[in-house]
Amino acid sequence: MAKITLNINKKDYPLEADPQMPLLWAIRDLADLKGTKYGCGVAQCGACVVHLDGEAVRSCVTKVSRAAGKKVVTIEGLSETNSHPVQKAWQEIDVPQCGYCHSGQIMSAAVLLREKPNPTDQDIDDAMAGNICRCGTYLRIREAIHMAAEMQKKTGTKG
Amino acid sequence: MKLFVPKKAATVLSIFIFIIAVGASAFRNDAPVKQITFSTINRDSVASVQAFETVYKTLMSPRCMNCHPAGDVPLQGDDSHLHAMGPKRGLDGKGVYAMKCSNCHQETNIAGLHMPPGNPEWHLPPAAMKMVFQGKSAHELAKQLVDKKQNGNKDIKKLIEHADDGLVLAGWDPGEGRTLPPVTHAEFKKAWITWLQSGAYAPKK
Ligand code: FES
Ligand code: FES
Repeated sequence: MAKITLNINKKDYPLEADPQMPLLWAIRDLADLKGTKYGCGVAQCGACVVHLDGEAVRSCVTKVSRAAGKKVVTIEGLSETNSHPVQKAWQEIDVPQCGYCHSGQIMSAAVLLREKPNPTDQDIDDAMAGNICRCGTYLRIREAIHMAAEMQKKTGTKG
Repeated sequence: MKLFVPKKAATVLSIFIFIIAVGASAFRNDAPVKQITFSTINRDSVASVQAFETVYKTLMSPRCMNCHPAGDVPLQGDDSHLHAMGPKRGLDGKGVYAMKCSNCHQETNIAGLHMPPGNPEWHLPPAAMKMVFQGKSAHELAKQLVDKKQNGNKDIKKLIEHADDGLVLAGWDPGEGRTLPPVTHAEFKKAWITWLQSGAYAPKK
């Protein structure tokens, strides 16, 4: 056990954790932020994606020690009022089915739109191929990402 | 000019020289891959090509070849199938957007069977220097490895140093459920240096 302070969604969480603990465990069980989901635990599904210094890391295979001194952003912290263009487009198109995969989908899509504000279908495939959706909402995900790109262009809001 | 050699002796001599020339050329597997100016080069095409056999079978093993794919998607597993999820190389070799290598590949291997292996430098060769191994014959690979236009402008000294690159060494620490390269790192390094220092000759095929 070690004392580790995690900065999650701009707030410091002083935690006692084994440095080897998966970041996902710390986020869900120690910081009690349940928006990030556990799907496979082996970096295969994307349900657990959070931003670590802006990158879409898979928190199930990221040790909590890697996050020390860095900025973690989870789905709860992507925007204060669910107003990130990706969140708005997701609501507008009503993308989720069961919803389980979508914290991860949204966090991945936000990185894509930050790095490629006008993504092509190919860019979307390249960025999102690691986020699996058991319910098969892929077509709505694609549509919503294009819509979010349009919104971002108009409002100038970047993820 | 008059030559003071009897006609018969001259014929025998020229046949003899011809035989030696043909014999010698048979031992040369190929022209040297590149003009090398490095103080410790001792040209020996036979030893060079022999050493390259070990180099080639190592580089074509999944632990090395999987990150030197013919396309832009890395390979996975002992059968070198395309990496699940199709992560792409990107310009710097470190992936694209939400699919960067280090999003899953950590600084060290993760415990457990077939879990993502790790290294602080995990990446593919960059787009400008793809250094493809997959599908290359021994001849093609040997030529490519020492071609400065294709190897990131590495001279023999840099190539020798590259044998101890952290990511090269990671091939011998592949994580649970993956076979090791066919020879030890020490054996590979010895063959690599022998190949380079004896002239970096390419096998015929
Ligand atoms: S739970 Fe992390 S990738 Fe599936
Ligand atoms: S909406 Fe059900 S898994 Fe994606």
